[in-house]
Amino acid sequence: MENEQDQAVGHLYEARKSIFPRSVKGRFRDLKWGILAFAYGVYFLLPWLRWERDTGRDQAVLFDLVGRKFYLFDLTVYPQDIFWLAGLLMLAAYLLFFVTGIAGRVFCGYFCFQTLWTDVFVLVERLVQGERPARIRLSKQKWDAEKIFKIGTTHLLWMLVAFFTGLSFVLYWGDAPQLIGDFFTLQAPFAAYATALFLTATTYVMAGHAREQVCTYMCPYSRFQSAMFDSDSLIVSYDAKRGEGDKGRARAGRNLKTRETRTEAGVGDCIDCGYCVQVCPTGIDIRNGLQIQCISCALCIDACDTIMDSLEWPRGLVAYTSERQVSEGKRARLLRPKVLGYFAVLMVIVTALVWSVSHQQKFDMTISQVRQPLFVTLSDGRIQNSYEIKMNNKTGANLMLAFSLDGLPGAELDMGKFQAIILAPEQRLRLTARVRSHPDLLVGGSHSFVFRATPIKRDDLQEFMQNAVFTTP
Amino acid sequence: MSDNNTQQQGNAVQTTGHAWDGDLQEFNNPLPRWWIWTFYATIIFSLGYWIIYPTWPYANTFTKGVGNTITFQNDAGEEVTTHWNTRSLLIKDMQTGEEATKQKAYLEKVNAASYEEILSDPDMMAFANSMAKVVFADNCAACHGPGGDLPEQAFGLYPNIADDAWLWGGTTAEIEQTITHGRNGYMPAFGKNLDDEKLEQLANYVLGISGHSVETDKAAAGEKIFQGQEGGCYYCHGADGTGLKSQGAANLTDAVWTVANVPGAVKEEDKVAAVKRVIKNGVSRQMPLWKSRLGEEQIKLLTLYVHELGGGK
Ligand code: SF4
Ligand code: SF4
Repeated sequence: MENEQDQAVGHLYEARKSIFPRSVKGRFRDLKWGILAFAYGVYFLLPWLRWERDTGRDQAVLFDLVGRKFYLFDLTVYPQDIFWLAGLLMLAAYLLFFVTGIAGRVFCGYFCFQTLWTDVFVLVERLVQGERPARIRLSKQKWDAEKIFKIGTTHLLWMLVAFFTGLSFVLYWGDAPQLIGDFFTLQAPFAAYATALFLTATTYVMAGHAREQVCTYMCPYSRFQSAMFDSDSLIVSYDAKRGEGDKGRARAGRNLKTRETRTEAGVGDCIDCGYCVQVCPTGIDIRNGLQIQCISCALCIDACDTIMDSLEWPRGLVAYTSERQVSEGKRARLLRPKVLGYFAVLMVIVTALVWSVSHQQKFDMTISQVRQPLFVTLSDGRIQNSYEIKMNNKTGANLMLAFSLDGLPGAELDMGKFQAIILAPEQRLRLTARVRSHPDLLVGGSHSFVFRATPIKRDDLQEFMQNAVFTTP
Repeated sequence: MSDNNTQQQGNAVQTTGHAWDGDLQEFNNPLPRWWIWTFYATIIFSLGYWIIYPTWPYANTFTKGVGNTITFQNDAGEEVTTHWNTRSLLIKDMQTGEEATKQKAYLEKVNAASYEEILSDPDMMAFANSMAKVVFADNCAACHGPGGDLPEQAFGLYPNIADDAWLWGGTTAEIEQTITHGRNGYMPAFGKNLDDEKLEQLANYVLGISGHSVETDKAAAGEKIFQGQEGGCYYCHGADGTGLKSQGAANLTDAVWTVANVPGAVKEEDKVAAVKRVIKNGVSRQMPLWKSRLGEEQIKLLTLYVHELGGGK
């Protein structure tokens, strides 16, 4: 009964059709391996890079959540600098828009970690189980010892890669050598295990099982990139005119072995070998035109080029082109208002960010007047105002400071025993200051003055001045 | 981008099999399997959650969660183990959490240090200030005001502790003594012994020694009362009028007025009237003792805080 119903309405849920991408050699594949090697090198080795620092934190890239500081080589990022993160995110977004406008989904095909990790997982799969036909055969095989061994090994290696991915991520958030020791002796913080485990699980599932479904169903970028995309953007496309001829594609059978004979017969250059379809990691046929699943990985170009080379026919049956080129035969325009607009915004963000980072203050001071009470009369008739001073030494060395006032007649500064203090490296501190002056010297309710912090024996730092207000009755 | 779907190529698009108006059909675009698996996974997760955590209400109680307890110390210092709940989790966190442990270490350091050491250490001082601020707001602000000074309308009811006039002394030892044991501020009412004229003379004298312009003949007569047996004011306020800390007697020569609202008076006669009123009616102010309510470490923190308010002595 249920079956009948199923038959009639079709299935409500659709199983994924397994994809067994064939390997391919070629210029784009080489480029992609190069990018992958570089990205993995950076990701896995960066936490181990040591860096000389005055504060003793000697990890080149360290996100110290407990100490609330991010160390990036010679830059230390403090919580106050968090707006840089906003700048960085904007930069990333506009860079993506810009690149998409010019070159379509290059990010997807070459740089996206989903693509990079899937590539590695497919490589593992191929090394253990063999090339595409072998893998298809294995998947159809009964669960015998060979299948259990091969599939088991594949998954085990996948999990290993996934685990090292998760573990490496965790190493950015603590001192790597110390943390890795703690990790395996079960002394690391709970968050380290939770994060590592979570990333292991997601890597294993996403790169091992979900693969192209992430791009097709889950990735927001794959959905909204069409907004940046136009007929001048770079796409991977099949030259249908050349491939199909008048009568369509045809296998290189008898009498159809040379281009001349094929032209006579009216068939195109595509020999329908299917190589471009077999290498596609998203399982589509590029010859059906541009499809949402296509991540522009260019492997089908490598595949078809290989075939064309072996036939000694010109390359480019499947190639990078643009919609304009395909439909109008004109070259794509590079400088379009949209692309220029993205570029302009991008430059503004880059400039602002670079300026802000290079002008980071080495010392922070804020002064706020105590408002309750605004002022008190002292026994000698003078008026006293109190201030709360917050300071932050962002340098990696001790900072000796002397405090003084400027611009308030007859003023006396009382900071208890802290008129001169030493701030340890990266120390934050709150102090109370009391300022006294005689009301006869000050006419009117409020008077601005300058609060001065003078670094002692530090030529690299300028005097720090902050405006404040003194209130009289 | 065009939206061809591989699965739809070659074979016709699936329909649900329904037809309306003869030929109106509905496409069936199946949900991907992984999606439905994820959905099942959340259901399984919630089943586990129901077992482990407090979830379902029944009758007038609820399921407490199996094998999931939490242990913390209650107010009486006893170890309590109960089913897992966020309130206990908070209590536990306040006792043994990262921040709590840090705070404890600081408190111990402050406890072990002398006042002198703390006042010379910016770090400890910053900690003491931020801790004491809360204690002050909870216990002291009701009378002394949140900033240690009172609003105009409440002038004289309680001393202003944000200025530098210390009735009972402004050293840390004296402030600690004041907070721990409380104080009784008392000045007898002279209204019975002195008539209005003498009160007027006395008031003129008192205003005079703190630099106000007064009628000199009245002030001279007032001085006699102040320094003589009739008033006997010198007994507590001192012959020079600078007060006596052991009695909490105010310094009359400085610019600070703690009971008579001289700063609030504009005209000369109002100032005289304000001082007269105080001499006539006397003063009786109590500060309760705090040792029964606050712990030693809290009093220590408060002492530092109050000391810093006006700049101590
Ligand atoms: S169609 Fe070609 S470029 Fe697109 S995903 Fe498949 S192999 Fe990559
Ligand atoms: S690889 Fe080239 S020749 Fe072979 S099927 Fe694809 S387009 Fe045709």
